[in-house]
Amino acid sequence: MTGTRKRKSLLVPMLRKEFIQMRRDRLTFALMIGIPIIQLILFGYAIRTEVRNLPTVVLDESRTEQSRSLVSVMEQTQNFKIVGAALSRNEVRDWMESGRARAAIVIPPEFERDIKQHKTAHAQVIVDAADPLASSAAIGGAALAASVRATALVDPHSTRPQPLDVRVRPWYNPALRSSVYIVPGIIGVLLSLTLLAIMSIAIVREREKGTFEQLVVTPISKTDIMLGKVLPFVVVGYVQMACILILGRVLFNIPIRGSVTLLFVISLGFIVANLGIGLLVSTMVKTQIQAIQLGIFFLMPNILLSGFMFPREAMPRVAQWISYALPLTYYLTVLRGILLKGIGIDHLWHETLILAAFATALIVVSVNRFSKTVS
Amino acid sequence: MTDPARAQPPVRTDKLTKVFDGVTAVDGITFDIHTGEVFGVLGPNGSGKTTTIRMLCGLLTPTSGSATVAGFDVLTQSEEIRRNIGYMSQKFGMYDDLTVAENLDFYSSLYGLAGQEKKERMYELFDDLGLRPRINQLVGTLSGGWKQRISLACAIAHHPAVLFLDEPTAGVDPAARRRFWDTIYGLAKAGTTILVTTHYMDEAARCQRIAFLSRGHLIAIGTAEEVTRQFGKATIEDVFIELQERDEGVTV
Repeated sequence: MTGTRKRKSLLVPMLRKEFIQMRRDRLTFALMIGIPIIQLILFGYAIRTEVRNLPTVVLDESRTEQSRSLVSVMEQTQNFKIVGAALSRNEVRDWMESGRARAAIVIPPEFERDIKQHKTAHAQVIVDAADPLASSAAIGGAALAASVRATALVDPHSTRPQPLDVRVRPWYNPALRSSVYIVPGIIGVLLSLTLLAIMSIAIVREREKGTFEQLVVTPISKTDIMLGKVLPFVVVGYVQMACILILGRVLFNIPIRGSVTLLFVISLGFIVANLGIGLLVSTMVKTQIQAIQLGIFFLMPNILLSGFMFPREAMPRVAQWISYALPLTYYLTVLRGILLKGIGIDHLWHETLILAAFATALIVVSVNRFSKTVS
Repeated sequence: MTDPARAQPPVRTDKLTKVFDGVTAVDGITFDIHTGEVFGVLGPNGSGKTTTIRMLCGLLTPTSGSATVAGFDVLTQSEEIRRNIGYMSQKFGMYDDLTVAENLDFYSSLYGLAGQEKKERMYELFDDLGLRPRINQLVGTLSGGWKQRISLACAIAHHPAVLFLDEPTAGVDPAARRRFWDTIYGLAKAGTTILVTTHYMDEAARCQRIAFLSRGHLIAIGTAEEVTRQFGKATIEDVFIELQERDEGVTV
């Protein structure tokens, strides 16, 4: 054999090898799919129990049959759990600030009088909206209770105004967020978490086992090695995503208002970007333990600053700047936009381009950093 | 091998040096290996054998000096070198979770073989190396001797001009070692140039020429006879011990 043989892509044999190994390593494959599913269930149920039983304090200044009925209907929605009674507004504030109550039902003295006089009776639900889930649970519960009570009170022949008005006043975070806000974000976080880890470990493991040295001494180009490693995990990423979506829909009623096809297309950029970070990690470390540690280091800002848990608008400026450097920040917009609002590409092309740019840049940088030598 | 422009020996090093963080692992070694020669490199652990092989294979960049392998410069033409050499690393480099056939198929493909040509070459290697009974067995479940055979098969699938073997017989039983050396001689006879490192003195005696490395220095080179005569010793082992002590005495 001479050195003049034409260079051709060796991606196909590389891919074939990777898929055979993946097929054989059933445990790892099961974990790649199983871990996100288990985490989704844990996350999802934790969130659900939380919004269902908001510890609630009651300030009943009316002290009438009507006010007590309203409170009991509120409690029946299971969104509120009455944990105490307050005697004044100050006491309500005390309960809320200490965190013993996350919501308060305030019924004014004129409540029953207004109902009797066929005026609109007002009641108020105050909610600790620092947790956006709590506030939406309160809104939901209050609206439900109000309509239940109103139906009971209404006289079908009368033309009087609506009998009940239960207003929700969000405290601490007036910019209300919907309860489903966090759930679609789980897709992004779980994809980040698993893809980053499995990608970096896959490369570092070959290096640790010694197969890497045998591989890089062959004519295969580093681009083919990297793509051969990345592409099978893109498939894994999509399988994970489909599983989480289906499960999220079945178990947690995540709405899917927009185009799933569009979501899958835009997700390519996000999946590859995370694999790119995994690749980058693999070029910086020597052992699998180091890979995991560095992976966690990359993951923390993603969870804390991307807007997954806490609204970015409320963050200090520096944290906001960092959030602009995280693919998850943009992907969350895409997920919430498509799943919750049902918006299309005309509102998301900005995020799509940024994710594609992240993916390209990370892969290019990793391939360049990757060296076909051993040290 | 067929390139007429390549008049120089298949392996040539000139003051080849590698320094890791201030520690000199290989210190200005110079030697030639001739076509079809079995060239042995001897030396204790840490003497620079593996580092030398890795530089010649393009896995490490020399700190200074130069070397050519199959006519190509290790500094600038490592991709050309990779197409023309075979390498068996000291650490077993096959995929444990692939079968014998899958490993060979993978490496044959990486060396540019495809279709019928690849299939024929694979079966030729299975027969030559006696791998037939194990082709569908996962490599991870093989014993040392079989592992060594599949490694060799993968290293020579593309008929490399130069073959680098880094302690290929470590942990292999005597019968398997003998068979391995028969294969090596067969390859050399067919024109493959072979550089092999070893700890075993009986294996060193089988090489046409040997080079002694100690603490990164090339301290002797020649046929077994030349080396033993030059130092007035009876066996290579005596020379080895003498040279190593002398080298350590000089540098300590």
